[in-house]
Amino acid sequence: MTAKSKSASSLIVPVGLLLPLIAFILVTFVIPLGSMVVQSVHDREVADVLPKTLDLLSEWDGASLPSEKAYETIAEELVVSRESRSTGRVATRVNRIKSGTRSVFGKTARRLERIESTDLRSTLIEIDKRWEDIELWVAIREAGREYTARHYLHAVDLERELDGSIHLVSEDQRIYNTLYLRTLFVSLAVTVCCFLIGYPIAYAIANVSDSMAKILLLIVLIPFWTSLLVRTTSWLVLLQNQGVVNDILVWLGLVGDSDRLALIHNMTGTLVAMTHVLLPFMILPLYAVMRSIPTDYTRAAASLGANPAQSFVRVYFPQSLPGISAGCLLVFILSLGYYITPALVGGTKGQLISNMIAYHIQSSLNWGLAAAISVILLTGVFICYFIFDKWVGVDKLKLS
Amino acid sequence: MKPKNLYKTIAAFAVAAFWTIGTGAEETLTVVSFGGSYAKACVDGYHKSFEEETGIKIKLEDYNGGLAQVRAQVDAGAVHWDVLDTESAPLMIGCDEGVFEEIPDLELPAAPDGTPAEDDFFDGMIFDCGVGTLVYATVLVYNSENVEGETPTSVKDFFDLEKFPGRRGMRRSPSGNLEWALMADGVPSDQIFEVLATEEGLQRAFRKLDTIKEHVVWWETGAQAPQLLADGEVFMTTAWNGRIFNAQVVEKQPFVIIWDGHIRDYGALAIVAGSPNLENAKKFLQHATSTRGMVGVASHISYAPVRHSGLPLVGKHATTGVDMQPHMPTHPENSKNFLWYDIEFWSEREDELIERFNSWLSR
Repeated sequence: MTAKSKSASSLIVPVGLLLPLIAFILVTFVIPLGSMVVQSVHDREVADVLPKTLDLLSEWDGASLPSEKAYETIAEELVVSRESRSTGRVATRVNRIKSGTRSVFGKTARRLERIESTDLRSTLIEIDKRWEDIELWVAIREAGREYTARHYLHAVDLERELDGSIHLVSEDQRIYNTLYLRTLFVSLAVTVCCFLIGYPIAYAIANVSDSMAKILLLIVLIPFWTSLLVRTTSWLVLLQNQGVVNDILVWLGLVGDSDRLALIHNMTGTLVAMTHVLLPFMILPLYAVMRSIPTDYTRAAASLGANPAQSFVRVYFPQSLPGISAGCLLVFILSLGYYITPALVGGTKGQLISNMIAYHIQSSLNWGLAAAISVILLTGVFICYFIFDKWVGVDKLKLS
Repeated sequence: MKPKNLYKTIAAFAVAAFWTIGTGAEETLTVVSFGGSYAKACVDGYHKSFEEETGIKIKLEDYNGGLAQVRAQVDAGAVHWDVLDTESAPLMIGCDEGVFEEIPDLELPAAPDGTPAEDDFFDGMIFDCGVGTLVYATVLVYNSENVEGETPTSVKDFFDLEKFPGRRGMRRSPSGNLEWALMADGVPSDQIFEVLATEEGLQRAFRKLDTIKEHVVWWETGAQAPQLLADGEVFMTTAWNGRIFNAQVVEKQPFVIIWDGHIRDYGALAIVAGSPNLENAKKFLQHATSTRGMVGVASHISYAPVRHSGLPLVGKHATTGVDMQPHMPTHPENSKNFLWYDIEFWSEREDELIERFNSWLSR
């Protein structure tokens, strides 16, 4: 047996053991993710329904109305599309490119069934004046492209003009760039808050007696096991205008009854609730690392004349760094994808980019755009991960 | 495998994963509705009598509206929902997109006095892909406990922070809010959508919303609106009338509905394209949209029948005995000034206006 085939056969066992996992990840993660990425640039729905029209339009100059032949062809293909019940799919897609055109298609297809005509250009314009609009035809041509970058442009608030130039959309339509930045800011803020609160707690748990540590851990874990929705709505009860916190403040006389603090439905509410929900993800890795830090080093530092602050900063803290980086990375990346908590307690300023992804998946059904936003967000996560790797080193991550 | 087939396979896989296989020999029909007090009203209103009379068992599932799940099933060719409780705009879009069965020749039962269904139904309530079942309203509400002296009576009062200080609850969505903003700005109900169709009209609506923006608490699910009002978080809120009825009558909350300027829409039943139980689903639609079925729902929740013969038959609430008539959106006292939800406007402009609305919110 050669050395090579020996190493190959020794691989069979570990690969065999991993096979169920690989199959699972392939089916539940890699393939759906891959198909999502494909959807962000690829859509052949319109190309399938209006192939001949699109052929004609590819030679059209886009400046004057298309030829009589184009009107004839689209009329023919719309009637066919009504039989295969795909008119609506074309309408939805064209409407996304030029808002306010959805009804043109259904209406035209329905009417055409009953009309015998030779001059289809004037017939179509008679059915709906919008057939006279060059922009409608441009939108049809655009929607017919099988491969397109328009979802990515849309996802960063850009649009392509009729002449092909690309620029920012008008100010009252801009939304996505604001949301990426806000998501980044909220994630960073939540990470910092979790660290400031979680570090002392983890330190306490790691340094008290075993029985006490068990009780403290339980206190950390019980909320961790509680449903996310329950925890989020409890914050609603606590923080709202007529809620417990405000009631106590008023009772103590710290704020007047008429000017109760706005603690929820704003950024404060989002930060408080998200910090609470994500806190265990910071405490648990920190605790695991801290428990393994031997006390000998700090004692040695003390015996060599360091005061408690010095021995903490120069001896203990550096040893807890792997836990800090694990906790921060976990909390930060989880925050990037959060949307239920911000949706419930965030109010106007609480929408994050994931809320838009959910909206485009569930309501507007614009999966191409949702996919494009997701890919951008995912790229952002990878970039954060690589920065982290360069800065801290992923191999230094420690969960226990 | 071509990409398209690949998507289909994946989608089929996903759908199958969530599909709990029905029971054996017994005939079942999967009906999907909005859950909560409304679904309960439908069960008591007509599901039970349907099961008794036909022997077909109904499997009730909840969803949050929209077309996403139905479309996924139809695209994947793995349809396990039969009947869908839906609203006007999704019904129209879904019909165009081919996710609902076309049922133009479905024979609907006549009124109790023999009037044929076509004459008994309100105009335009029988569709190519579905049948109207009820009328509901989005209304303005206040909690009478919080009001001293003069009470608010109109949409104008909702936007008047000087006369009625306090926070306002509104649904986080442009539809409804833009119409009300124009109404409060003095546009008569019958010209709202004409004005809204223009860029100036849109700007005017957003400018009016600007005047109360800092005082608005935005809600997203139907249950939030009565909750905000009960907690004293808001002085007034917009809400769906059935939810408020439930709070008023079942939970005894001192809520008052301002019917002036309410926005009306209808609910409908549709059959999912490719339903494996098409014939039974048709039977179900016939039963549910009979006068008796509609009146059954209306005796549990304040959603009005869409048949002329149904309205006068609406009597008392099934459990509390409250007279249902004054709670109906269609009651003459409540119908003095209202607006129909404009399906065509919203199905064409919603995507664009939601982006604009979100952009406005984040500024």
